Amino acid sequence: MAEQFMTIDGIKVPIRGERNVLEVARNNGIDIPSLCYDPDLSIYGGCRLCIVENERGGIDASCSMIPRDEMVIYTNTPKLRKHRKMILELLLAAHNCDCPTCEKDGDCKLQAYARRYGVKRVRFDNDHSKLRIDRSSKAIVRDPGKCVLCGECVRMCQEIQNVAAIDFANRGSKAVVTTGFHKPLAETNCVNCGQCAAICPTGAISIKNEADEGWKAIQDPEFKTVVQIAPAVRAGVGERFGLPAGANVIGKIVTALKRMGVDEVYDTSLSADITIMEESAEFLEKLKTGAKLPMFTSCCPGWIKHVENAHPELMPQVSTTGSPMEIFGALIRQYFKKNEPERKIYSIAVMPCTAKKYEASRPELVKDGERLIDLVLTTQELCRMIEEAGMDFAALPDSEPDAPFAPYTGGGVIFGVTGGVTEAVIRKVVGDTSEASLKTIADCGVRGLEGIKSFEVTAGETSLRIAVVSGLKNADRVIAAVQAGEASYDFIEVMACPNGCIGGAGQPSCAKPVKVARFRGLFEADEACELRSCEQNPALDYIYREVIGERAHDLFHVHYPDHKNG
Amino acid sequence: MITVDYAKVDEILDSYRYDPSKVIAIMQDIQKIYRYLPQEALAYTAKKLKISEARIFGVATFYENFSLESKGKYVIKVCAGTACHVRKSAKVLEAIFQETGLSRENPTSEDGLFTIEIVSCLGACGLAPTMMVNDTTHSSMTPEKAVALIRALREEAEHEA
Repeated sequence: MAEQFMTIDGIKVPIRGERNVLEVARNNGIDIPSLCYDPDLSIYGGCRLCIVENERGGIDASCSMIPRDEMVIYTNTPKLRKHRKMILELLLAAHNCDCPTCEKDGDCKLQAYARRYGVKRVRFDNDHSKLRIDRSSKAIVRDPGKCVLCGECVRMCQEIQNVAAIDFANRGSKAVVTTGFHKPLAETNCVNCGQCAAICPTGAISIKNEADEGWKAIQDPEFKTVVQIAPAVRAGVGERFGLPAGANVIGKIVTALKRMGVDEVYDTSLSADITIMEESAEFLEKLKTGAKLPMFTSCCPGWIKHVENAHPELMPQVSTTGSPMEIFGALIRQYFKKNEPERKIYSIAVMPCTAKKYEASRPELVKDGERLIDLVLTTQELCRMIEEAGMDFAALPDSEPDAPFAPYTGGGVIFGVTGGVTEAVIRKVVGDTSEASLKTIADCGVRGLEGIKSFEVTAGETSLRIAVVSGLKNADRVIAAVQAGEASYDFIEVMACPNGCIGGAGQPSCAKPVKVARFRGLFEADEACELRSCEQNPALDYIYREVIGERAHDLFHVHYPDHKNG
Repeated sequence: MITVDYAKVDEILDSYRYDPSKVIAIMQDIQKIYRYLPQEALAYTAKKLKISEARIFGVATFYENFSLESKGKYVIKVCAGTACHVRKSAKVLEAIFQETGLSRENPTSEDGLFTIEIVSCLGACGLAPTMMVNDTTHSSMTPEKAVALIRALREEAEHEA
């Protein structure tokens, strides 16, 4: 077929299979506004901000318009400007405009559009919803007074995550986004992945901000504050401070935390190495004893909650190995108990993840009568704290994590991206860290941002069938195929957030190209490591021998209630 | 408080082969038993149909005909459509409110006997003003006839008790 063209604002542009006129315009440098459209979700056509005008003066929503050859549209006419302004005025009239104290201030699409289209005055009385703010969840805060009913959260939760913890209720002017029976979010099947908050264009859904708790502990001389930083965080901070998206800024983060007053800073990549040691041993044991396969990974707390909600029968197949956060938490408690028994330790984890806030509060993460992690801060909260401290982040020098837990390998770093855990497991199981071997592993099908990847690898005599999944809907698809006997795997990695932890809801919200940059950033960080596979980590011997001793299984494994079933 | 008979709900679900696309018909059948949709029955249905509570709640609250509030033994639908309105249905409604002590804000009596609903049309405009008590239509109503009907219903309920 001959190439097709349409004309937008007098410019002839090619149509390249875009699903709507909105995408064609955006691909050609015209940013049509929208609140309810996302390329990864179904089309809703609710907010009407993306209206465009045709040659005859007709107006329609460009998100719902299929591009056709020789189509002529305008995106910035007097009529459109008038309507857009009116739409924004109407939205603001039903919105709790407490912008300066709102969690999303500066990161709010409604606010940005009101500024962009010069809405200086709202002529209507404000009648925003007075439904109560729901703070029941450990991770997510819902404020119905700021909801514009765009439904992006609803579609994210249903179409990408297959959870559907929230939906529209009622009709017309009474419509609200809410949980089933208006239950507190904490009492629903919400898995705390936070993707609803990441996609929410306003402050209607936000991540619980606990930065003040962090400051309190850091600045309290009674506490020795210890912070661990997850792999994906290093690729999510830089863009907030004018550095290239995806740049590995772990050295600057360590410096920033030290200057804030944190006593010890560690890199969770180290405990990711331990996770791989334990998980690969567990996997090989299962292979040897003929235990029921596939074995599922266990480091994603959103996935764990989803198993509990939707697939409790699969829990016995989920690895009992603790998440890297849990393992470092246990290690920190154990180490300081031995070395500084008189000090009160406050253990903070900086994570790309909102569900980690929930994971840290679980009873399974209480050991020896103590919570392993006192506080989880997301990448975004860390960014806020750096801003609050007034640091010129981009100009900070690099620092190394503290001894004796400084060493980590590339295998730990790549945990932050979908497929990373699996690639690290394969490196360990193959046991050959030559350049050629690492390259073969990298090319086996494990890498990439696709939602479902399946492939086979050969380790010695055995051939392993592996699936790598991100997004819970994708996980459910693979599980359904396995249960129907249509597919068979030995090992399945699941991360709840699309693209893995780099796309976690705790990271600064971003579009796809930034996620690709973060993906590359982590693999560059991996390649920059001298050591690439967990067994090479020189700290492990000391940790297992001197710090943990006999208690490796007790401290490095987590048994969720459903592990007993089956 | 109503206790939900899950065996009955199972029977209904079974008759629709647990097909989630039949959720509206299933809810109609449940409402036939209880005259409203008890939360426990909806939560149970959601679980059995493998849809989320938020989804079933969304469908149930979308339609005017589904109620999540318990209803009286006699659900009285007073028509306020155009034909009934011009034939003075408002006076009928007023008389019913007065006789029962109920109101728009408080439509169900504490003894669980009556629920008053105002509807837009019962499709019987030739008989205006009309009202329905459960499945029975009453035509050419006057305030006096309405009061007499309420009293008769009260007596009927007493006899049954």
